[in-house]
Amino acid sequence: MAETRVAANLLELVGNTPLVELTPVGDVRIFAKLEGQNPTGSIKDRVAKAMIEAAESSGELEPGRRLLEPTSGNTGISLALVAKLKGYPLTCVMPENATEERRRLLRLYGAEIVDSPASEGSNGAVRLALRLAEEDSRYFMPFQYGNEANPKAHYDGTGAEIVDALERVDVLVAGLGTGGTLMGAGARLRESFPDVVVAAAEPLPGDPVMGLRSLEEGYVPPILDVSKLDRKVLVSNEDSVREVRRLLDEEAIFAGVSSGAVVHVARKLATELDDGVVVAILADGGWKYLSADFWEAEDVERSMERTVWW
Amino acid sequence: MTKVRIPPTLREQVDGEREIPADGDTVRELLDDLMGRFPTLRRQLVQDGELAPFVNVYVEGEDVRTLDGLETEVRPGSTVILLPAMAGG
Repeated sequence: MAETRVAANLLELVGNTPLVELTPVGDVRIFAKLEGQNPTGSIKDRVAKAMIEAAESSGELEPGRRLLEPTSGNTGISLALVAKLKGYPLTCVMPENATEERRRLLRLYGAEIVDSPASEGSNGAVRLALRLAEEDSRYFMPFQYGNEANPKAHYDGTGAEIVDALERVDVLVAGLGTGGTLMGAGARLRESFPDVVVAAAEPLPGDPVMGLRSLEEGYVPPILDVSKLDRKVLVSNEDSVREVRRLLDEEAIFAGVSSGAVVHVARKLATELDDGVVVAILADGGWKYLSADFWEAEDVERSMERTVWW
Repeated sequence: MTKVRIPPTLREQVDGEREIPADGDTVRELLDDLMGRFPTLRRQLVQDGELAPFVNVYVEGEDVRTLDGLETEVRPGSTVILLPAMAGG
């Protein structure tokens, strides 16, 4: 029997998530890394903890500062946990069309929410947060999109854990949001498996959340180097949800929307191999999407196009 | 002929269309055809002869930056999608 250990606090329970084998595709084995098992239920616990601890060690973050972060939800919730345990107040800048569960959770943790325009998606939250941070020096902004502690958390944690657990990895698939998981875990896996294919699954957003005024308002996170990706695959909401439902029906895994996209890509790339091992990183569970209509909706695209899911 | 899906941000410049048919065997030829007919697109799509940094082009659902960039082959009937680069998290 595994040893039962006692943690001094929740931060010690971040990471070391389980890998579970899914139904294979032909002779290709697929493993899912269940990041929903982190304390707040998402992979972002790793990033929030790493960014705050790095800023504390460098002296950049001192008691009395207020944290400010642009987020579509998960990073905010993870920061809320870290902020509570370490005694910092937190303000999250979030698109006003993020799911209701995320807003509610953030408020329950005691975080303040500043709304950014629904039509601008996460890019709008980034712009507004950058402006607020510039206007008020009391804010400390970890800034997941530009903070090297983000990919480093995945190099030291997520990636290292996969390398420890598996003797072979041919393909790594993760969702693309900030690029942190793909850059960090991808780099760690390449050290052990030089030929590994690092693949990004990205959402095809609905038209109503793409209403930027011009393409120049597009945003590429500074930590993301697209040249380090071997594949970058667009996944429709419909394909993501079909896979979320299949995971629940056939594997009894209750996963979030981006996880559906990731497993969709993992299975697609598996069909390109004769044999091998594919690892899919499932960023969160389905809990924060329970109020969504897509679980039963006939017209999935229409039910999802107005909401920011990643 | 290939149908190119246009994001909301660019529709004003293509008479409000959601999809525009274009000709070309590569992404470069396809975009040249589009920009020839809708010249105001050029400033948004291209920078120093390369794809502008905040524009993503997908052929059959894959970003051309991880394929052959502007030289990525486009077969007749392929789906081509233009999107603004968007963050998440």
